[in-house]
Amino acid sequence: MVKEHDNLDSHGEQTLSLRLRVWRQSRGAAGHFEDHALAAVPTSASFLEMMDMLNEQLIKEGKDTFAFDHDCREGICGMCSMTINGMPHGPLPGVTTCQLHMRNFRDGEMITVEPWRAKAFPVIKDLAVNRSAFDKVIQAGGFITVRTGSATEANNTLIPKSVADEAMDAAECIGCGACVASCKNGSAMLFVGAKINHLNILPQGQPERERRTLAMVKTMDDAGFGNCTNYGECQAHCPKSITLDVIAKLNRDYLRARVKEFFSSTGKPRKGGD
Amino acid sequence: MSACSCCRPASIGKKIVMALSGLVLAGFVLGHMSGNLLMFKGPEAINAYAAWLHANPGMLWGARVVLILSTVAHIWTGVLLTLENRAARAGGPAVEATRRATLSSRTMPYSGVVILAFLVFHLLHYTFRTVALGGQEFGDKVYEMVVAGFSQPAVAGFYIISMILLCLHLSHGISSVFQTLGLRNERWRGRLDAVATAYGWLIALGFISIPLAVLLGCIK
Repeated sequence: MVKEHDNLDSHGEQTLSLRLRVWRQSRGAAGHFEDHALAAVPTSASFLEMMDMLNEQLIKEGKDTFAFDHDCREGICGMCSMTINGMPHGPLPGVTTCQLHMRNFRDGEMITVEPWRAKAFPVIKDLAVNRSAFDKVIQAGGFITVRTGSATEANNTLIPKSVADEAMDAAECIGCGACVASCKNGSAMLFVGAKINHLNILPQGQPERERRTLAMVKTMDDAGFGNCTNYGECQAHCPKSITLDVIAKLNRDYLRARVKEFFSSTGKPRKGGD
Repeated sequence: MSACSCCRPASIGKKIVMALSGLVLAGFVLGHMSGNLLMFKGPEAINAYAAWLHANPGMLWGARVVLILSTVAHIWTGVLLTLENRAARAGGPAVEATRRATLSSRTMPYSGVVILAFLVFHLLHYTFRTVALGGQEFGDKVYEMVVAGFSQPAVAGFYIISMILLCLHLSHGISSVFQTLGLRNERWRGRLDAVATAYGWLIALGFISIPLAVLLGCIK
């Protein structure tokens, strides 16, 4: 936290001098940490603005900038992805990196910034990782089938408030990947659980319910994500505070889908039977 | 991409096998511990109990087959999960921060390996009776055999340490069984964690009481 006697800038705002250890990696090559000093960082700056300042300093010095993902910068797109001092999205629970402000750091602090670390999220460059494994999971079952063209009357399908709330809580997932990065197993169960919970409990999600669950879990496994062993780190690092309840529900739905698949009827009599 | 995704068991499938086999083993240790406490009732009680078990070979071997299958399934899924999870992490971050994962959850593979080593020793010790008994023959005298076994502080110490690790293993394992079978939520998580920890301590203290009583001379 900021101390009383810290430096002030021309607007009277407190500023920080930081030591940064940032991950540098080119595609296909092995990576390493690079040390940089950055002065006069306003405490009101977001973490991404601090990274912008570092890149501006590097441009002035004629050096290569650090690549990092960002888009909306208002905590809803899920693009920003940095592990800050070992914590995905940094030390403040329940926020994305873009909503993390420098007032949460001390003057003179050493900050280590690295990309999401997981086999399923290969590094593209520096801090930017390829999260298309999540897109593949969504393609496998993160949809519902509806007739398009003429919207039906919304009140034709009644949904209890509690169910709508539960689905909405799960739908808060922005697919940033912090669950995978924080998991000591590199597991994507919180992400997949959120998507399953979002769609499987609503009436519109019922037709594809079993197929969705099996397909999304298979795609998750094939992408090289690890297995959940109930550490609970994902919930503690999720910027949307999605709970382990979605994983319990995913486990339950998977078991249900497997049992239904196992005992499914072909509609025809057994060959050679009577 | 996995080299063999077609024949690889699904992640949740492995977890369900691990949970169910763990549940069988967790139930067994409660039965085993309850039987052991007959040591405090005297030689006649425990020796009669042991004789009764051996007089029912159908039941004994039925239980043994279920236990052997559960142990193999538990170890097999444990090894697969550990290796796959290590590979999926890709080395992990240079700075490792832990917000919530408990000590017991992070040490499951290690406590598991020690418990397996203990299990091998324990079977050689009291089932096959080939180690740490000084070559003595005890026959049906289980009480005398246990007293002789635990009179050696190193043996009793190993049993006690292993049971503390079993407590650690159970305190994460029991709660995880509910999560893996989808029978847990935020409201019940804390309560189930407490039940799991209490169960772990119940089992560990029940087992530890016997070597401790022998060492302290309460059982002779």
